Amino acid sequence: MGITAMRLSRYGYLIREGFRSITTHGFMSFASVTIMMACLIIMGSFSLISVNIDSLIKDLENENEMVAYVDESIADEAEAASLQSSIEAVPNVASVEFVSRTEAMDNFMSQYDSDFSVGIDEEVFRHRFVIQLADIALMSDTKAALESVDGIAKVLAHLEYASFFVTVRNIVSVVSLVLIVILVFVSVFIMSNTIKLTTFGRREEIAIMKMVGASNGFIRLPFVVEGLVLGILGGGLAYVAEWGIYTLISSKLVSGLAGSFISIVPFSTMAMPLLAVYMGTGILVGAFGGVNAIRNYLKV
Amino acid sequence: MIHMKDVRKVYESSNTLALDQVNITVEDGEFVFLVGPSGSGKTTIMKLITGEIRPTSGEIIVNDFDMTKIKRRKLPKMRRTLGVVFQDYRLIENMTVYDNVAFAMRVVGAANKDIKKRVPYILELVGLEGREKRMPNELSGGEQQRVAIARALVNNPRMIVADEPTGNLDPVRSLELMLLFEKINEMGTTVVVVTHEKELVNAFSKRVITIDGGNLISDGMDGYYSYEIE
Repeated sequence: MGITAMRLSRYGYLIREGFRSITTHGFMSFASVTIMMACLIIMGSFSLISVNIDSLIKDLENENEMVAYVDESIADEAEAASLQSSIEAVPNVASVEFVSRTEAMDNFMSQYDSDFSVGIDEEVFRHRFVIQLADIALMSDTKAALESVDGIAKVLAHLEYASFFVTVRNIVSVVSLVLIVILVFVSVFIMSNTIKLTTFGRREEIAIMKMVGASNGFIRLPFVVEGLVLGILGGGLAYVAEWGIYTLISSKLVSGLAGSFISIVPFSTMAMPLLAVYMGTGILVGAFGGVNAIRNYLKV
Repeated sequence: MIHMKDVRKVYESSNTLALDQVNITVEDGEFVFLVGPSGSGKTTIMKLITGEIRPTSGEIIVNDFDMTKIKRRKLPKMRRTLGVVFQDYRLIENMTVYDNVAFAMRVVGAANKDIKKRVPYILELVGLEGREKRMPNELSGGEQQRVAIARALVNNPRMIVADEPTGNLDPVRSLELMLLFEKINEMGTTVVVVTHEKELVNAFSKRVITIDGGNLISDGMDGYYSYEIE
C-alpha cells in the first residue's frame, strides 16, 4: 500500500511536471504545436488528394469495359446466355452483363441516325457479354483467359487505356507515399529540435537530477508527457483544420465547373481513419521527439 | 567509504595523464580535506567518485559499489548514497528553496508526507528556517550553498562530497559552512571536502590528502596544509 502510494505520488508529480513545462515554455510549446499542425495538414492534404485521384481513376476504370463476342455458331439466345457462368468463373471478372444481338442492334440504332442503319439485319450482330474487371492492371491476362472460354470468339479490350490508368495510379501512389514518409521525418525532426531547445535551457536541471540519483526513466517521463500532449494537441488541431479546409474546397469545386465532371470523396467517409492517423502520428512524433530530445543529456 | 587502489586516469581526447597510481582510502565516518592546486587531479577524483568518468586502470570502491565495473543503470542507486555539493551551488532557479530540496526526495520516489516532514527538518539543520518560499536569487551566496547542502543531505546519504564549496564565499561564510560540514560529520556522515583554501584547512584538525600533478603527495592527520602550492 505504502509503495503503491509512493509510486502514484511519484508518477503524479512527473506528469504534473510534463504539463508544467508546457505552460512554462509557452512559446516553444506553441511553436511545436504549430509546426506539427503544418506538417500534418500538408501530409493530410496530399493523402486526401491521392484518395480523390484514386477514386477518380476507379470511376474511369469502371467505364473501361471489355466486350466478349459469342461465336457465330451459337445463334440461340438462351444457349449464348448460358455462357455467363463460365465467364463469371474467370479470375478478375467483377461483373458480367449479357447483351443479345437484338439488344446490340437496338443500341446501335439508337446511336446512329435511321438513314445510316436502314437495311441492317440483326444477324449482323453477335450475342455478347459486357464485362467489368476488378483490377484493370490484369486486363491482358483476363482477356487471354476469356478468349479461351468455349463459345467466345473474340474479346475487345482497350489495353492501352488500361495501361495508362495503371501508370497514373501507380505514380500518384508512389508520389504520395514518398511525400508522406518525408513529411513524417520532417515532423519528427522539427518536433525533436523544438523540444531540444526547451531541454537545452533545462540541461542544468537534468544534470542535477542525474547527480542526486534520478533514473533515466524518471528524467525522461516529463519530457515524454510534454511531447505526447503537444503531439495530441497538434494532431487534433490539424484534424479540425483539415476538415474545414477540405469541406470548404470540395464545396467550392462541386458548386463550380469542376463538379460537373468529377466527384469528390466526402470527408465523412475518411473521417475516422484520418483522425486515427492524425492522432497516431501526433502521439508517435511527440513521444519520439521527447525521448530523442534528451537522449544526449542522459549519458552522464 | 572510498577505496582507490593504483588508480590511473588518462583523458584520451587530449592524451592527458590526470591521475597516476593513486591510492586513497576513506573510512565511513571520516572527515577528509582533499587539497591541491588547479589542474592537480582533484576534480578527476571527484568525477571518479560520482561515476561521471571511469578510471583507465586501477580499482575504485565507493559505498560498496565497484566503480570500475558498475553498469550505467546502477549509477542512480550508487548516487543516492552520495550527497554532492558544487562550488556554483547548482540550484534550480525557478524553484523555491523548499522545492529545490524536496526535488531530491521526489527523484528517489519519496512519498509526499515524508517530504513534508523531512524538508523543514533539514532546512532547520542548515539554518534556513523561514526561507522556504524564497527563490535562489533572493538568497546570499552562503545561503544558496546551504540550500545545496540541504539538498545533498535530505536523502540521508552515507557520504557528502563537496567540490570547492567555499569557492564563491567570503572567509566568514566559508568558516560557517565548514562548521556545518563538521556538524554533519559528527552526526555520522562521511565528509570529503575538495578545496585549495589553505587557511580554511588549517583552521580544522582534520585529515588532509594532497594531490599534485596527478600524484598523491601527502596523506596525514596533521590537520594542516603541509604542501606548499606553487
